[in-house]
Amino acid sequence: MDKETKKVLFEPLVDNNPITLQVLGVCSALAVTSQMSTSLIMALALTSVTACSSAAISAVRQHTPSSIRIIVQMIIIASLVIVVDQLLKAFAFDVSKKLSVFVGLIITNCIVMGRAEAYAMKNPPLKSFIDGIGNGLGYSLILIMVAFFRETLGSGKLLGFDVLPLVKDGGWYVPNGMMLLPPSAFFIIGLIIWGFRTWKPKQVEHNEFKIMAIAHGEGGHH
Amino acid sequence: MEAYISLFVKAVFIENLALSFFLGMCTFLAVSKKISTAMGLGIAVMVVQTLTVPANNFIYQTLLKEDALSWLGITGVDLSFLSLLSCIGMIAAIVQILEMILDKFFPALYQALGIFLPLITVNCAILAGSLFMIERDYNFTESAVYGIGSGFGWALAITVMAGVREKLKYSDIPAALQGLGITFITAGLMSLGFMAFSGIQL
Repeated sequence: MDKETKKVLFEPLVDNNPITLQVLGVCSALAVTSQMSTSLIMALALTSVTACSSAAISAVRQHTPSSIRIIVQMIIIASLVIVVDQLLKAFAFDVSKKLSVFVGLIITNCIVMGRAEAYAMKNPPLKSFIDGIGNGLGYSLILIMVAFFRETLGSGKLLGFDVLPLVKDGGWYVPNGMMLLPPSAFFIIGLIIWGFRTWKPKQVEHNEFKIMAIAHGEGGHH
Repeated sequence: MEAYISLFVKAVFIENLALSFFLGMCTFLAVSKKISTAMGLGIAVMVVQTLTVPANNFIYQTLLKEDALSWLGITGVDLSFLSLLSCIGMIAAIVQILEMILDKFFPALYQALGIFLPLITVNCAILAGSLFMIERDYNFTESAVYGIGSGFGWALAITVMAGVREKLKYSDIPAALQGLGITFITAGLMSLGFMAFSGIQL
């Protein structure tokens, strides 16, 4: 694999993560992560849709007039999502019931549209495909991290297997019910962002203004 | 009548699209820095939601639902798998038409909302409103009430969020948590607050 491809594939994992840096595709990241199994399916669905739609959009990019490009992109994405939705309904009906409208919402997932606009419209199909996979993986990484914390701490299980023995089954772990509730996803992603930015200080957003300590003894009221 | 009022309250508070289903989060987090812009976007979402949910409901009930084509004498046809495509097409079309109407007849309002309107097509709260309407099988009147209510709830949430963020500027936040990080945590706390409504049965 040459350097360029590697960069396109791995940069979105941490350095340019779609969720923590580009603020794209947050909705589903929050809503489906209370269980690992649904998160994995969602991650897989989104990665495949992003990769395929980027490749398809890139393939027709020279024949699309820019005034109708949004509609063209929408139709390509919507058709791919319908395929994924029908596949899930056929082969993983339980999961598809749990994901409810969120599979359909891949259409308006900003990652898909964002990559189509920002990358696929300017690059050849194969590179766009890899870029789609890379961004899908960046999204999957966050999803899996959040789901890991939510499922282990919330119900003491991971993918349905017992990890932390619960008190009610004679173990020692008292499950944290809040982890199963939606707000916990916000906190976990907030903390993940905090961690990422402490690790990579380049990503820090600076405030428009700073608070200054007032020097003592200069006639201020105390 | 009572049923409609309770549906409205439910859509605004208990099933708030932004804070209990996390929909429209990207714009919710990105455009909530100032109260005035947040309110503008909120109103735009509300207007589009009020129009698209009943419109999609009409299409779904008369064309796509199982056996819906029986008024044409065609039975046994289930086109509901096309609902995703028809919903998003309808939304894109309505946003486009709304933009043109506002531009022609209400230039002042168009100036105020202008930049937000195209953004709304890809706001998942709008599409989700229509998809929830299909999943819950609302009839036409219910869908109109649900559209207004859910749009209003989203507008309320983003305005409140902008209010909090305007004050947050003056607080001393660790460098790595500034901006997006603290916004997520604030949204989490707000969402906890909204969960207080969740036990209410209407």
